[in-house]
Amino acid sequence: MTDGWLISLLIMLGKSLLVLVAVLIYVAYILYADRKIWAAVQLRRGPNVVGPWGLLQSFADMLKFVLKEPVIPAGANKGVFLLAPFIMAMLALSAWAVIPVADGWAVADLNVGVLFIFAISSLGVYGVIMGGWASNSKYPFLSALRSAAQMVSYEVSIGFVIITVLLCAGSLNLNDIVLAQDSKFGVFGWYWLPLFPMFIIFFISALAETNRPPFDLVEAESELVAGFMVEYSSVPYMLFMLGEYVAIVTMCALTTILFLGGWLSPIPFAPFTWVPGIIWFILKATAVFFMFAMVKAFVPRYRYDQLMRLGWKVFLPISLFMVIAVAGVLQFAMAQGWR
Amino acid sequence: MNVAAVFFYLFSAIMLASAFMVIAAKNPVHSVLFLILAFVNASGLFLLMGAEFLAMILVVVYVGAVAVLFLFVVMMLDVDFAELKQGFLQYLPLGSVIGIVVAIELLLVMVGFTQSDAALGAGASPIQANVSNTEALGLVLYTKYVYLFQASGLVLLTAMIGAIVLTLRHKPDVKRQVIADQNARTRADAIEIKKAPSRAGV
Repeated sequence: MTDGWLISLLIMLGKSLLVLVAVLIYVAYILYADRKIWAAVQLRRGPNVVGPWGLLQSFADMLKFVLKEPVIPAGANKGVFLLAPFIMAMLALSAWAVIPVADGWAVADLNVGVLFIFAISSLGVYGVIMGGWASNSKYPFLSALRSAAQMVSYEVSIGFVIITVLLCAGSLNLNDIVLAQDSKFGVFGWYWLPLFPMFIIFFISALAETNRPPFDLVEAESELVAGFMVEYSSVPYMLFMLGEYVAIVTMCALTTILFLGGWLSPIPFAPFTWVPGIIWFILKATAVFFMFAMVKAFVPRYRYDQLMRLGWKVFLPISLFMVIAVAGVLQFAMAQGWR
Repeated sequence: MNVAAVFFYLFSAIMLASAFMVIAAKNPVHSVLFLILAFVNASGLFLLMGAEFLAMILVVVYVGAVAVLFLFVVMMLDVDFAELKQGFLQYLPLGSVIGIVVAIELLLVMVGFTQSDAALGAGASPIQANVSNTEALGLVLYTKYVYLFQASGLVLLTAMIGAIVLTLRHKPDVKRQVIADQNARTRADAIEIKKAPSRAGV
């Protein structure tokens, strides 16, 4: 009895460690890809010195951050100041506990997986607020206030988008949501097509939720220097960066699961279905990230009032209407016996 | 002692300690942060009881939205709490008398309170087997309690409208962004192209 319990605990630990390492390595290369894509759009070379084609740049950066001295401002609230980056990184990584990268390949197959990720990403704002407040300086504080408003606003529309997907899938389990998209139409059976406007809204809200450009008002360098991270250096700064990029990768993975059929093959017959699901998953998540990177490269930053207007006056009514419309269509289809 | 019990005592202990710190912390922002910690541990307790949907909703609604706004307000307050606590002790006798009276009243009510078996049975809706927590909740919420559910929605709507009506003011001396005007701008009325001959300027 106790032996079985211990073994399952060890297996769980091993799985978690594997996912953690895989996500961190993936994030290192996503960071590199981000810089390379950005550079390519601007006709620059981007990182190309460390390792072949600069492939080891992220690891060199990490070493640099670790070896530097962490500076804590004299007026800072020391405990909260140091806690903030840890919270940010830890929350971002913990979302990966429920993400299925292939059929059943999740550390925890929760019944309420979507809600778990939603809850975790809504907690992400605390890292920013605590960091901004504890720095005891004007720029970080302004940035923290902005981020609190921004992230809370866009969470609302993300919530409604997720509800439409849940209505179609009939489950809150991420694994079941992907399986619900499995049909003989392949790529055209995934939810991006029937729920097309929601897919766009989700993508844009994901940009806003993760503070990616063009919604990076939290660290708008032209007005707030570097936002809530001004006073941070060394490892705490690295943890903020890490948390941010892990959150971005999580959002890419969530987009893949909710709208792009997770690990399902886009062409549903023999040679393509032999490819392991995890490869499709990584390809799709990377494609979504490519879109994130392109948006960063060629869309200018929004003004703050435009950002708020977009969230509350455009996305919220559209997504509210879509929830009702999707529910109505499903009810009608069920009454007709189509489902 | 099994794993669930260990986690129960862990969550409860952290929750009680942080609830105490909410009122004991000197800095109001620390108080709010301890409140958040208490919320998170409460959701852990829900999880242990198998109420996974409630646990997640607690985190999403209370920690993710309500406490953020709370923190937002507390951070902006510029109150000197040392000064507020100056005359704190002079209210102690009156405060403790009121506290004791309330505690005795609560005790009297609790001791005299009995629940009939009929009432107990009416409130219970046992979860059917092979139905997930969320589904079971939905099944009673939208059938048995649909009017109460709608009524609570209306109460929230009223509160929202009230908050907007109370705070929405159009100050005359503030420059407002008129998005319709900005979107209506065209290339023709926004830019002008001039040929600048060399050595002459525009």
